[in-house]
Amino acid sequence: MEKTVQEVRLQFDSFSANEGFARAAVAAFAAQLDPTVAELSELKTAVSEAVTNCVVHAYRDTIGPVTVTVQLLDDRRVVVKVRDKGCGIENVSRAMEPLFTTAPGEDRAGLGFAVMQSFSDLVKVRSSPGRGTVVTLQKTFSPRRRDV
Amino acid sequence: MTIRSSSQDGELTVYLSGEIDHHAARKIREMTDALIQQQQPRLLKLNFGGVTFMDSSGIGLIMGRCRMMQLYGGDVRVVNVPGELKKMMHLSGLSGLKVLGI
Repeated sequence: MEKTVQEVRLQFDSFSANEGFARAAVAAFAAQLDPTVAELSELKTAVSEAVTNCVVHAYRDTIGPVTVTVQLLDDRRVVVKVRDKGCGIENVSRAMEPLFTTAPGEDRAGLGFAVMQSFSDLVKVRSSPGRGTVVTLQKTFSPRRRDV
Repeated sequence: MTIRSSSQDGELTVYLSGEIDHHAARKIREMTDALIQQQQPRLLKLNFGGVTFMDSSGIGLIMGRCRMMQLYGGDVRVVNVPGELKKMMHLSGLSGLKVLGI
């Protein structure tokens, strides 16, 4: 078990304007691990997808709380948990299929989970219909040049 | 996110810059669709040269404009894609289509 070096917790309402705030805040915190520009950009993209899911799907016609927890572990791993108390996902494996979307009329590509999987190392989804969803993203940054 | 556009000889070019996420995509979609309806161009060029961040909302934006342009019998080309966005474009499956032209 790796030890958590640092942890930060953000809570905000599911307004779409907060999508940018959430990914920027996570990236600013994770930047302490000195990742490459590409790694940080990938983390931002994965977080943006997870938070957008809360805004678009979890709280479809309402506004509710989104909690983002970021842990920096001493093995250069970042663990981001994005939690909502929204509608939940009936069928997680179907929701994770590329191109599957419940909101096609709104130009949603159905790629959110595919992007999270491709831009982070591990994606876990825990959801209870009617109660909410927790998406966990894990990404390990490459060794710092001076550490190699 | 700021949007500029120019048109010439039935080609409408929309220059996108800044961050494209679900929040920004709504405004881009409204502005671009208004221009398409007004001008009914045969070609819509989406110039991504100034885009610094994009999540899958950008892919939805492109796909939606393709559908929109089909209604008018026109085409879409995505041009000037920065290197950082290529992984996203590739993942979308759009890279095999002529819309990307890369």
